[in-house]
Amino acid sequence: MTAQADNAPGDNRARGSFYLRYMVEPYLYLSPAVIVIALVMLVPLVIGISYAFQAVNLLRPFQTGWVGFENFQALWSDRKFWLALTNTFWWTLGSITFQFFLGLGLALLLNTRFHGKRLVQALVFLPWAVPTFLSALTWAWLFNPTIGPLPHWLAALGILSEPFNILGDPNLAMWGPITANVWFGIPFFAITLLAALQSIPGELYEAAEIDGASAWQMFTKITLPFLAPMIAITVMLRTIWIANFADLIFVMTGGGPANSTQILSTYIFTTAFRKLDFGYASAIAVALLGLLLIYAAVLLVLRRKLVKI
Amino acid sequence: MNALRQTSPWAVAGKYLALALYVAFALFPLYWLAKIAVTPDKLIFSEGTALVPSRFTFENFQTVLLQTDFVAYFRNSLIVSLGTAAITTMIAAAAGYAFSRFDFRGKRLIIALMLITQMFPLLMIIAPIYKIVATLGLLNSLTSLIIVYTAFNIPFATFLMQSFFDGIPKDLEEAGMIDGCTRFEALRKIVLPLTLPGLGATLGFIFTAAWSELLFALMLINSNDAMTFPVGLLTFVSKFSVDWGQMMAAGVLALVPSCLFFIFIQRYLVQGLTTGAVKG
Repeated sequence: MTAQADNAPGDNRARGSFYLRYMVEPYLYLSPAVIVIALVMLVPLVIGISYAFQAVNLLRPFQTGWVGFENFQALWSDRKFWLALTNTFWWTLGSITFQFFLGLGLALLLNTRFHGKRLVQALVFLPWAVPTFLSALTWAWLFNPTIGPLPHWLAALGILSEPFNILGDPNLAMWGPITANVWFGIPFFAITLLAALQSIPGELYEAAEIDGASAWQMFTKITLPFLAPMIAITVMLRTIWIANFADLIFVMTGGGPANSTQILSTYIFTTAFRKLDFGYASAIAVALLGLLLIYAAVLLVLRRKLVKI
Repeated sequence: MNALRQTSPWAVAGKYLALALYVAFALFPLYWLAKIAVTPDKLIFSEGTALVPSRFTFENFQTVLLQTDFVAYFRNSLIVSLGTAAITTMIAAAAGYAFSRFDFRGKRLIIALMLITQMFPLLMIIAPIYKIVATLGLLNSLTSLIIVYTAFNIPFATFLMQSFFDGIPKDLEEAGMIDGCTRFEALRKIVLPLTLPGLGATLGFIFTAAWSELLFALMLINSNDAMTFPVGLLTFVSKFSVDWGQMMAAGVLALVPSCLFFIFIQRYLVQGLTTGAVKG
């Protein structure tokens, strides 16, 4: 309050109303949001973390209580957990790579002039509006040889020996959800990168053109440096989001066959939903949270070392 | 604005080809969904991979609408999504306004808390939420879903609304306040009318998000009466997995509301994000 005193008019009454206006009033607007978030997200988050150190299984209601690190010990020797961790890595890496490069390509295309731009833009962004459960079902059907064309096309191209459902093949199943995720995620990258592209001042390109720069030079010397901060932040947030994203895999394969598409988040969900073992599910969730925090920290340190401005 | 030179006709052709491929990739799955939905049952297998069915029928839609519970699922989803969108937008507009117009103690802390809610795995709270909702006796009620979805969407909606408020000059409401309005009156009479597109976009975003949510709805709802569309469709798929035509007809119906909202919001998408990015 003292800090604001020199801004406020001299007399006390004015200072009182100043205090009211700038210290209390914002909280009148904020309180509903803060209360709902605290009650529905932050309190359950704390409870959720505490579950990781308890035995909470709805199927065994009388064996509850604090168990210390027992859940984590079980996790350490759980083969399925390590498999899910490896799968999470490939799922995230595969999805983000294709989403990013295809999204960047689309953003660059949409940033040029062409006929029917408004329509094209609306159509290519459409997958983003499709409810995820529906994207998952649609792609599962497309990969089904009875009603979907994809297995037949892949076989005709010689990629598959015969038209079978890759979602049923442990070696190939992960490509199903990854394809669906790429389809669903390209618009997100295209939208954010297009917004960033449009905020690059046009004079830079004009100046470069006068100096005789080639299109490639303009791309690497102007476009990329301007996009870099946006790329860094969206890739980081998106990686975390994809690693947590269970819906597609849950609907398309349920984690199967033979857990070959089980990632950590689907493992959390199936443990909670099917086995009702909330303690163990929370332990997996805490492990996933820890890994994501480490990832974010490493990335932030790397960024500070690489970008010395 | 853009100075990428497209001199060679090959480059132009390549550009249109690339755009066509993107459009085809984006639309093909939805086209296939619609195609199977209008293919008569008898032809589904014999014309498995034909791009266009030789005959059309709306029988599948009829069956889905008249003989299954999908109308009820649709209504439940509509209640949940509209309720969530309306409540979230109101709460987020207030919060976004506070972030945009005030500098106050604790602002950074609250922003940090909101960012945290966007970072941790949401599945982490699925077990506690289930227990709390069960204790309150709210399992199988649409109210519990509305409350949970509202909380999930407030942070994003708040930041979105903040960027819309940031785009409206402060002078406008200050002029109103000098003329004797209170801040709230100035907000209601001057700022809100200008924010209507922003409010519409936020409503659309939240509606779509609530319409798509599956996992929490699966956990909290298991009675047929209270099922939302995703849960109903998934139950239908696992029970009647041979009624391809009907499943896809139901899928097409699930697509309708999201697509309507998307068409409505899509022109604000890049615009809104651009103002946000410039502020950045």
